[in-house]
Amino acid sequence: MLYDYLGFAFEHGQELLDGLWITLKLLALSSLGGFLLALPLAVARVSPNRTVAALARGYSALFRGTPLLVQIFILYYGFSQFEAVRNSPAWFVLADAFNCALLALTLNIAAYMAEDLRAGIIGVPHGEKEAALAYGMGRCGSYLHIILPRAIGIAAPALGNEVVSQLKASALASVITVLEVTGVARRFSAQSYSTDPLIVAGLLYVAVTLLLSLLARLAERRINCHQPR
Amino acid sequence: MNDLADYANQLLAGALVTIELALTSLLFGLLLGLAAAWAKLAPSPWLRHPVTLLSNVLRGIPEFLIILIFYFGLSNFLADHFDGAIEISPFFGGVFALSIIFAAYSSEVFRGAFLEVGRGQLEAGQAYGLNRFQLFCFIRLPLAWRTALPSLNNMWQSLLKDTSLISVVGLEDMLRKAQIGAQYTKQPFLFYAAVALVYLLLLAASNPLFGALEKSANKGFR
Repeated sequence: MLYDYLGFAFEHGQELLDGLWITLKLLALSSLGGFLLALPLAVARVSPNRTVAALARGYSALFRGTPLLVQIFILYYGFSQFEAVRNSPAWFVLADAFNCALLALTLNIAAYMAEDLRAGIIGVPHGEKEAALAYGMGRCGSYLHIILPRAIGIAAPALGNEVVSQLKASALASVITVLEVTGVARRFSAQSYSTDPLIVAGLLYVAVTLLLSLLARLAERRINCHQPR
Repeated sequence: MNDLADYANQLLAGALVTIELALTSLLFGLLLGLAAAWAKLAPSPWLRHPVTLLSNVLRGIPEFLIILIFYFGLSNFLADHFDGAIEISPFFGGVFALSIIFAAYSSEVFRGAFLEVGRGQLEAGQAYGLNRFQLFCFIRLPLAWRTALPSLNNMWQSLLKDTSLISVVGLEDMLRKAQIGAQYTKQPFLFYAAVALVYLLLLAASNPLFGALEKSANKGFR
């Protein structure tokens, strides 16, 4: 059995590596984009302005309360229903399966990361916020220099978990024909009527998950290195 | 909008399949998760290590891939060994895969929750003359249940959303029905948005249920 797996992995190593590259591209780009989107969302979430806070909460509820697969279908198939969308520049993103999957993954992880960062912002010790005020910082300055950096440190373990989950979520891109690891494995599995390619892909994910968890823990320690333990 | 009304019955039937699938998988997932947590805490290393390893490996693989592996793996196995005399339906395959996924994650929660149960509580039970079975049913399980509930709520939400993945292997759940409707009416946005709304409603409806469960589990705690 092990021989079968190894045989498959060697025979189709190039295709698997190509798939892995696409998986990692989806993971890195969507995590980075999602994080940048989550920062303003989290700040909006704790805003004293009720409308702004409600909008950010609605965004999170919408993306966390529906299956990612449905979100992907809405972006990839749903918007093609409207001619206005097909004629707009947005079609450049929505017409391509990879871009579409990337967009869905980015919007999705942003909702989860915003909740983590919100918890981080709330968890920043009150004294540190007061210290920022004492230094004469305004709202903007204190968020930029004090609150957000500290909130990111507090939320780091949760954010790391989101990235690891995102690796697994990226497998859904294969449903709209993106040839990432799962997509490659599904193609070989259908050709050979065997589950071996799927199992090899699964082991590949396990290896990447282990590596990511390790990286996340290192990054977490790096971000919080100035904190007393 | 009229197109949606024409397919309302179909979508409703699909929603029922989704709910049935989620609840059945929850039941088996909980039982399997409890059994796996028990194995992870067993004194015998021959039980503890394999189950821990399996659960860790399963938690590192995408849910979608696990579903494909178990569904097609089971189909191929049955085809090879029973010459097609037994076939598994997408529903059964879905329950099988989703329960295993749920168990892999929930066993970790249960394990932690069992460890949280205070020694004093168990000793009090022993002092009352409870035997091991009674100790488990009346002291250990209710106390662990209380600690585990918030995480189980999160996992139930993931489970309900993950049922949509079974549509890819052909189960006529809500999402599959919407796909069919979208194809015939050429109005994919309408159908997928409607399905998204139903998922939102289902999840919103399960929140008060868990709230009530948590309230009853917290009886006697301040």
